[in-house]
Amino acid sequence: MKAAPFDYVVPDTIEEAVQHLADAAGDVSILAGGQTLMPLLALRMATPSLIVDINRIAALSGVSRAEGAVRIGATTRQAQILADPTVAAHAPGLTKATALVGHHQTRNRGTIGGSISLAEPAAEYPATALTLGAVIEARSARGVRRIAADDFFLGPYTTALEPEELVTAVHFPEWPAGTRLIVEEVARRPGDFALVGFVCALVVEGGRISRAGVGWFGMGPTPMRSRKAEQALTGQSATGLDLAGIAALAVSETDPMEDGHASAAYRRKVAGRIFQRTVGQALAEQRAA
Amino acid sequence: MSQHSIEVTVNGEAVRAEVEARRTLGDFLRIDAGRTGLHLGCEHGVCGACTVMVDGLAVRSCLMLAVQANGRDVVTVEGLAHADGTLHPAQQAMKDEYGLQCGFCTPGIVMTLAALTADGARPTEAALRDALSGHLCRCTGYQGILRAARRLAQGTAA
Ligand code: FES
Ligand code: FES
Repeated sequence: MKAAPFDYVVPDTIEEAVQHLADAAGDVSILAGGQTLMPLLALRMATPSLIVDINRIAALSGVSRAEGAVRIGATTRQAQILADPTVAAHAPGLTKATALVGHHQTRNRGTIGGSISLAEPAAEYPATALTLGAVIEARSARGVRRIAADDFFLGPYTTALEPEELVTAVHFPEWPAGTRLIVEEVARRPGDFALVGFVCALVVEGGRISRAGVGWFGMGPTPMRSRKAEQALTGQSATGLDLAGIAALAVSETDPMEDGHASAAYRRKVAGRIFQRTVGQALAEQRAA
Repeated sequence: MSQHSIEVTVNGEAVRAEVEARRTLGDFLRIDAGRTGLHLGCEHGVCGACTVMVDGLAVRSCLMLAVQANGRDVVTVEGLAHADGTLHPAQQAMKDEYGLQCGFCTPGIVMTLAALTADGARPTEAALRDALSGHLCRCTGYQGILRAARRLAQGTAA
């Protein structure tokens, strides 16, 4: 199908962009990489009167380090993130997640800001941001706001963003060097949204887990975080863990849906298996290192 | 609805057009630029048939607005072969390995392979498989396409 008619503007600065958003009073879509918005337009599931293309705003793109975090500008392409040495060195969980996002061809256009603002519950970036404790930076004509990922994802495709706010960057806190990172998913075909996706970060010091992040995608109406499992892991010896018990606890904190692709029971079962297999493997690698 | 006058370099030639904002790059290339070698399958970013190169990168032309290509360099499948008809190595490899039957998906696959192996790059098997996952082919069962991709990546295509 073809998109319904709309007006199009392509501002050069963030200030101009947020002014457009303020003026449009909600009847507007922001075009970043377009890898989701363009299909929604083509299917007429989105019919905005105005499109604000943010691709020409140089200040929105790029990777830098500040305040113990890696800052990824909103329009940084997924392909750039995948190849970025700063991300690989200081936010390697993001590199792992990016390898699973979409396809080579869509990563050449798709952006991190677009994926985070879309808040698809089965997508890699929102769950990775949530699990690793990322902070979302947003701008409006009224100023800058920083929103913790924990407070950002409210429901399927629903975030804490106001209609006139633009995501300008995502800050990924740097976890200690040597943190074991897992991003794993089960999908019917490569590049499809995950039926079950798992993100985990484990800091092991002196044979004990000193810090853990456990999160899921495709396992509920939003990306989900399993706080009880994080607590259960923290302080444990890295050997002789009750992996099956903690996996069951982690899965109990999810709320997977039943749809044509998989039953909720199937998703839970696969999630438990992924948890046990990948966490077990990560801890074994840690011992061998 | 806004109208925009754009100039896009298509296969080395400047193409100017007045387009509606909603015109996709794929429609612009087929309708305004007359490059019908590029195929539109799903028109919403699923099949990969519409893949072209924009500034050297393989992208889906149904997922970009024509106005976003203003000032950019676009290559379609028509831009690959030499003027004398000598095929691009990606085309030759697909031909030699029987990587096509009906040919609907082929222009997109060839563009991805050409982008991946540009400037003598030798993508790994994993990178080839990952990139080819962005294309649907109803006919071939993919085996010939994979052989073509491997041959090309090994630099043994004609
Ligand atoms: S026509 Fe563009 S991906 Fe199918
Ligand atoms: S050759 Fe027919 S769709 Fe691929």
